[in-house]
Amino acid sequence: MSDTRAGDVTTGGLEEQAIRKALSATPRPSRPSALSAVLTFGWRGILKIKHVPEQLIDATMTPVLFTLMFTYMYGGAISGSTGEYLQFILPGILMMSVLFTTVYSGVALNTDLTKGVVDRFRSLPIWRPSPLVGAVVGDSVRYLVAGTVVIVVGTILGYRPEGGWDGVLAALALTIIFSFALAWVFTTLGLIMRSPNAVMNTGFMALFPLTFLSNAFVPPETLPAGLEAFVEINPISFVVTANRGLMDGTAEMGDILLVLATAAILTAVFVPLTSRLYRKK
Amino acid sequence: MSGAHELAIEAEGLVKSFDETKAVDGVDLSVRKGAVYGILGPNGAGKTTTIRMLATLLRPDGGTARVLGHDVVAEAEAVRDSVSLTGQLASVDEDLTGRENLILIGRLLGLKRADSKSRADDLLDAFGLEDASGRLVKNYSGGMRRRLDLAASIVVTPELMFLDEPTTGLDPRSRNQVWGIVRALAEEGTTILLCTQYLDEADQLAEGIAVIDRGKVIAEGTPSQLKSSIGSGTLNVRLLDSDQRRDAAEILERELSAVKLEPDPAALSAACDEADRGAEAVAELARRGIGIAGFSLGQPSLDEVFLALTGRPAEEDESSAEEVEAA
Repeated sequence: MSDTRAGDVTTGGLEEQAIRKALSATPRPSRPSALSAVLTFGWRGILKIKHVPEQLIDATMTPVLFTLMFTYMYGGAISGSTGEYLQFILPGILMMSVLFTTVYSGVALNTDLTKGVVDRFRSLPIWRPSPLVGAVVGDSVRYLVAGTVVIVVGTILGYRPEGGWDGVLAALALTIIFSFALAWVFTTLGLIMRSPNAVMNTGFMALFPLTFLSNAFVPPETLPAGLEAFVEINPISFVVTANRGLMDGTAEMGDILLVLATAAILTAVFVPLTSRLYRKK
Repeated sequence: MSGAHELAIEAEGLVKSFDETKAVDGVDLSVRKGAVYGILGPNGAGKTTTIRMLATLLRPDGGTARVLGHDVVAEAEAVRDSVSLTGQLASVDEDLTGRENLILIGRLLGLKRADSKSRADDLLDAFGLEDASGRLVKNYSGGMRRRLDLAASIVVTPELMFLDEPTTGLDPRSRNQVWGIVRALAEEGTTILLCTQYLDEADQLAEGIAVIDRGKVIAEGTPSQLKSSIGSGTLNVRLLDSDQRRDAAEILERELSAVKLEPDPAALSAACDEADRGAEAVAELARRGIGIAGFSLGQPSLDEVFLALTGRPAEEDESSAEEVEAA
């Protein structure tokens, strides 16, 4: 009914005029490059760390608490002294703190899905996987912060790397590379599960036992045979072994390659799986 | 001029199933460039699925669709170059500020950093969000969120805009603002495909409406064609004195038709197709000395549309109460 339309003045002419003016001003730019889109999504991830620091604090406080608790409670019993035990567990704690933050990649993706943000991204003329790749790139900042916190806390408590600080940096780099790969497992989960909370719970439920059933906190030789066998094949143990080698200055190329190979396999399986699920959403 | 190029959307026999259910079951649509076109239907009718197929978010199981001359499957990239989508959930990032949301979209559309910033500021001003620009969107009201969402959709003016239930859950003031924005967009030449549950909304904004039910288009036409095919609106009157109701009924029976006495002893209603005849009838009541506490002219509700078109009410779900209220 065109007469109703003409007579409708409730919205106020000023506002509509402003909107009309805003509309006419923009020529369409050319599509952004894949790299630029990825970096933009990376920027978004970093903004989220700034605005929602709780996630980062969660993920870093847990390892700090574990470091303190394990060192001072079990250090004497397991290694004979707290100092010696700290030397033993810090490479494992480093792995743990960074790996736990990977769960948030899945949580963030699931949040985007449930809030409908993904729909907007998918209707934009951008390289389609860029939201996923960019989010993981942005998360590297999270990994770096989480890893650094553990190293700093360890150093304050008396940790001294026998492999030198180069070794520590190498261990941090290796952990981050592995985390990039592991993050895709959680983005896959993020696309399958119903709510961000479900992703978080499932992620932590899976990571907690895997972390404790590794060689991070105890030497596997002390475990019953069946458990020892599991610890030996747990990929998390690969990371801990390589980290320990790098930080103690006793690294073997084989250990490092094993971690990289595991990361490559995770990536090869879960990147296509994630993109497939994402396209179908 | 006529011909294929004048059509913004041409869909033929679109089909999409999820598991065993056919969400969309052979939808045809043709929308001319520059039009505001409404898809009207209850929840679960297939509106969103249709829009998602046209916006290249879902691949149709059957049928074809061209948007702005490009096939939505084979030339999806080209479609995405010229459309924008405002989803049912305001698709903005709650963990960012309003300004950051707009800069993000600007960058993703290919604007330079500085351009995306100035564009964001212009839009925040135009949409009355300048004071909230630095606040996280999770602290926005529903209306503000929806305005930001619409602003995000026009960071670069799209040739065609998909709007999925833009006013569901908004208060009347925010709803009017959204309508104003849609009209401004349309006047600047953007084609708009609007999904809605509200006949009133489609009536206010759209030049053509397709009524969709269970994945099929069950009626199509201009809002007035549709309404006249459905039957009448209703004039509701409440009297100051319930003793006058009998007299009032007699007068309304002469002026209009199908007078009904409502459960409220001071209220009555009559069928009324045209607003001016309704006004005439109310004036006549006043002239005859009948004290009127209030009156309103109601349009047929979506429920009535459905009753008329399908012989059954719109699907029962949690939103039906809202629909009745809004109608």
